[in-house]
Amino acid sequence: MNMSLDSILLVEDDKINALTFKKGLSRVSNDIELIIIETAENALEFLRKEDNLPSIIVLDLNLPKMNGIEFLAIIKKDTSLKSIPVIVLTTSANPLNKIDCFNLQVAGYFVKPLDYFELIESIFGYWKKSEFVHSVKQSH
Amino acid sequence: MKNNRPILLVEDDKIDAMTVKRAMKDLKITNLLAHVYNGLEALDYLKNLNNEKPCIILLDLNMPKMNGIELLKNLKKDESFKKIPVVVLTTSNAEKDKTESFNLSIAGYMLKPVDYKQFVDVIKDINLYWTISEIPD
Repeated sequence: MNMSLDSILLVEDDKINALTFKKGLSRVSNDIELIIIETAENALEFLRKEDNLPSIIVLDLNLPKMNGIEFLAIIKKDTSLKSIPVIVLTTSANPLNKIDCFNLQVAGYFVKPLDYFELIESIFGYWKKSEFVHSVKQSH
Repeated sequence: MKNNRPILLVEDDKIDAMTVKRAMKDLKITNLLAHVYNGLEALDYLKNLNNEKPCIILLDLNMPKMNGIELLKNLKKDESFKKIPVVVLTTSNAEKDKTESFNLSIAGYMLKPVDYKQFVDVIKDINLYWTISEIPD
């Protein structure tokens, strides 16, 4: 069965940013399910109890309590979650964060400009062409 | 691409490699295309300090000597190679290949289109994506 991009988990605590993301994504497709979770702790809890994993995780780095890099380290150590590609969408151009994230196997690292509709469109234009292993439409 | 470092293409099929090269030319992508024919040659390329480190790796899966999955396992064990983004570009639609590749944290799994125009579109999207994404130094 071919699986394509059909669901995104966005881990983002800022409501305005989440809304911008949603609008940008709607220009790519209306068939992609978007799950927005505001903290890394809740995102982990969701992923661990969920049978249907998202195609991809989009991660902000500056999150309350557990930050994005800590979250990433946990995901990549978890054998049932590590196959989900994680991309970082952040305001942080800090080169140390960038290196940490690539060492933790991110599949893209994007520094957000103020207006980023087009960025979202380009990112998911790419992922729409990729195959995936997880799908919300997959029956278990 | 974000920077002008070479793109490392690991591909045993000469025609497919020529197609990538032609698409890059048509899209005016100026990065050098370093082409090797299998995983072993890719490791040799990466270990040779005379070669500039690639910005990304485009990886075929079915290859002689060392296939794409074996190469990925080697890359991900190596502290200096593991951060290079790897995009799989293959004809393999096998579930096993997809699962193994994603377990090894690839940054995209693209099926090679037969049609040249669609092939160009894939290379175009890969180029755009890795132009707006940061790339590790």
